[in-house]
Amino acid sequence: MWLYVTRRVLATFPVMGVVAAIVFLMLRMSPGDPAAIIAGDNASVEDIAQIREHLGLDRPLVEQFVRWLGQLAVGDLGTSIYLDRPVLGLILERVEPTLALSISTMTFAVILAIPMGVLAAWRAGSWIDQSIMALSVLAFSVPVFLIGYGLVIGFSLTLDLLPVQGFVSLSEDPLAFFRHLVLPTVALGLVYTALLARITRATMLETLNEDFVRTARAKGLAEPRVLILHALKNASVPIVTTIGTGIALLIGGVVVTESVFAVPGIGRLTIDAVLQRDYPVIQGVILTIAGVYVLVNLAIDLTYSLLDPRIRY
Amino acid sequence: MAAREMTAVATVAAPAVRKRSGSLRRLRRRPLPAVGALLLAALVISALAAPWLAPFDPFEMNVVDRLLPPDETYWFGTDAYGRDIFSRTLYGGRVSLVIGASVALASTVIGLLIGVIAGYFRTADAILMRIMDGLMAIPGILLAIGLMSLTRASMWVVIVAITIPEVPRVVRLVRSVVLSVREQVYIQAAMAIGTRFPRLMIRHILPNTFAPLIVQATYIAASAVLVESYLSFLGVGTPPEIPSWGNIIAEGRLYVQIAFWNILFPSIFLALMVLSINVLGDGLRDMLDPRLARRL
Repeated sequence: MWLYVTRRVLATFPVMGVVAAIVFLMLRMSPGDPAAIIAGDNASVEDIAQIREHLGLDRPLVEQFVRWLGQLAVGDLGTSIYLDRPVLGLILERVEPTLALSISTMTFAVILAIPMGVLAAWRAGSWIDQSIMALSVLAFSVPVFLIGYGLVIGFSLTLDLLPVQGFVSLSEDPLAFFRHLVLPTVALGLVYTALLARITRATMLETLNEDFVRTARAKGLAEPRVLILHALKNASVPIVTTIGTGIALLIGGVVVTESVFAVPGIGRLTIDAVLQRDYPVIQGVILTIAGVYVLVNLAIDLTYSLLDPRIRY
Repeated sequence: MAAREMTAVATVAAPAVRKRSGSLRRLRRRPLPAVGALLLAALVISALAAPWLAPFDPFEMNVVDRLLPPDETYWFGTDAYGRDIFSRTLYGGRVSLVIGASVALASTVIGLLIGVIAGYFRTADAILMRIMDGLMAIPGILLAIGLMSLTRASMWVVIVAITIPEVPRVVRLVRSVVLSVREQVYIQAAMAIGTRFPRLMIRHILPNTFAPLIVQATYIAASAVLVESYLSFLGVGTPPEIPSWGNIIAEGRLYVQIAFWNILFPSIFLALMVLSINVLGDGLRDMLDPRLARRL
């Protein structure tokens, strides 16, 4: 067990190393001089030279990379060119809205998707199953902004039930915090719900065909008990895996959703950084998000033995 | 492969006359993929024929007719510069088509090459798959946004930026097929009679990857169309002067309260295109390889 945990934890290092290398090389391999790109169109030669020196771009590539890794190791993600402030601080400032939206969306999706998937698998082929599957294909195809603006026009502008846009911190006003989260959560949650409902249905279909389900039914257990305690419990590993890998999809949606609802989160920070060519911020955000993604999936991998005692390492 | 064998058996066992009615029956039982294909065909034609179908020049500004609601002259209304949204939406389909097709093609070709190498050469495999793991740890849209920041935006840059995050998935797919096929007896037989590597690869291994690759390429095209619109919506995609769906929506969002038709119609076209490609992909998957799980 501990051997596996150690090995699994160690395995995240090469992945993060590769991510760091990709993020590092991205800027260096881009067509054109990175210093000139950062300086913008109207920069003088001295400006460009100054930026090059400031970023250490005049040093050998390997030296730059090692030095950069050393900084990362002590939690220094660099300094924003545009705002002249540490990138880590900028990210931490913006983390609350993004985290709140991600957690509320995951909760919403899990609560909705698992019953949907179980129901669809239980009555496979019926109209319930077909409409749930059709809805999930639809949710994969409708752009987040169409759902988002639709909700804003319907619930905020027409019915005046919920705030149109923006974000309020939980510590500032808990009620306003939740009211601001409702529409973005629904807009963003539909894709994630569709993804989870599909995987739940697929794995449930497999487990419902197993002998132990027939045994459970044969000994007269109530159907909900069979479905939840026997089938769903055994189907939980692929579902939980998808909750983890689906975070990649979720984060992409978060960036767009934050833009639709004018939420000042990490997505907004990233877009502003791209528009201002603030590379240290872009690099810092990509590294942080990839790091979180890898860690969450590590945590999920390590919980498998809790979900399914048959899994022993 | 089991599926293909089963089809073969079924074809042999059933009388030849039954064959056509079988596919007809399948079509009637699952009409969705055909509907998707028809819808996609209509969208493709409307985009290709945009210069003839569009009632107005998509760039023509008409300041008097700003933000008009849909009427018989302007079917989808006009935008803040008095441009015809219907014409712009038709032209926007061209951008989405080019990007969807290019990304699907480029990512399958690159993914196929890398996947074959990774699946066949053990040493290259270790290195290549670590790189792919790293790429997959970065959420696709975020990576595309980062790539877009590196150079002046153009449609080519958009295609490259959307292709790179898609490649690892193709690589994994191709690699897993190659890994399972190379252990088959017929490969050993081919090697035993002295088949050289290129021929072995092209004649005996690659054909196994085609069915899953076609399905995967369809899903990639759908996702690429959606991601292009997201990038343009965020202002970091196709150059703003090109009327792509994402760009029309990005301009229209400023007027969403007073002129929602600016975002509604391009969004509907976008959703229909992505939906029709996805539905077609599901149909192809069921037809070509029933066991292939939908990619996650």
